[in-house]
Amino acid sequence: MRWSVTHGLAVSLALTLGSVPTWAQAQSEERGKALYESRCIGCHSVESHRVGPMHLGVLGRTAGKAPGYTYSAALRASQLVWSKETLAQWLQDPEKLIPGQQMDYQVDAAKDRLDLVAYLATLVASKSVR
Amino acid sequence: MNNIIIANRRSFLGTSGALSAVAVAMLGGREAMAQGMGGDTSKDTSILNVALGLEHEAINAYQLGAMSGLLQKPVLDVAVLFQSHHKGHRDALIATINKLGGKPVAEKSLDDYAKALRADTLKNQGDVLDLAARLELGATNAYIGVIPAFGNRDLAKVAARLAADETMHFSILTNALGRPLPSGALSFGA
Repeated sequence: MRWSVTHGLAVSLALTLGSVPTWAQAQSEERGKALYESRCIGCHSVESHRVGPMHLGVLGRTAGKAPGYTYSAALRASQLVWSKETLAQWLQDPEKLIPGQQMDYQVDAAKDRLDLVAYLATLVASKSVR
Repeated sequence: MNNIIIANRRSFLGTSGALSAVAVAMLGGREAMAQGMGGDTSKDTSILNVALGLEHEAINAYQLGAMSGLLQKPVLDVAVLFQSHHKGHRDALIATINKLGGKPVAEKSLDDYAKALRADTLKNQGDVLDLAARLELGATNAYIGVIPAFGNRDLAKVAARLAADETMHFSILTNALGRPLPSGALSFGA
């Protein structure tokens, strides 16, 4: 009974906090951009290295290899290539994907991860930045 | 304006290995807590260093705003006050990182921050406030976001207190810009 109450509360909280099942909504680049500007902008920019590396051209790039940014040893040693899948895994649990990394920031809601990745995928160097 | 820069440098260079009064206050007055943390503190130190990088950037962002000549009183006074908060955060973080046996990340040059933040695009007071508001919101969410990653709950509390300060800054800046406050509850950290 206690588990049921707790579980029900958790579900309610998850819904309240916007944790919508991934199958319920398509990914949204526009929503991803809004999320980026409220949650990522503290450390990252599209076109400049700041506390974190810039994101222009991140899709398809090998992790830890953006020129001009000093990465952790873990990222430098990684041979991971950023795809939509690996970006989503990174946002879900960076330490699990690349132990020893330094971001330590997780995006809990699957829908948020999908939308953020959708936006990151638009940041292509050869195209105008949206 | 030069006084701000000089004070900034002096404070940075003058940080000793001992926990500052601010750091002690942030850690609830328990300097022994920082000294006696057992186990692997490298992850916590890493998170604190990312936070320190944010604080270095914030201090320099306000410096750029103050030096731009675009801020008029009393907005300029508020910007300088907020910058002093970030200096307090910086000093506390440096002292804590030192106590944990880590190496505090160094501050970059003002010119580096100007380039990264594209300070050349700031044309009026609204631009400066918009940049500050975006950085404060991002910092708020960053601090809230890393709270679960801390191994030490006291340091998680420090992150929450830093987030509270940044939220205050964001709210005031939002008001100064004439923008509406968030319409919904639980808008930060999500």
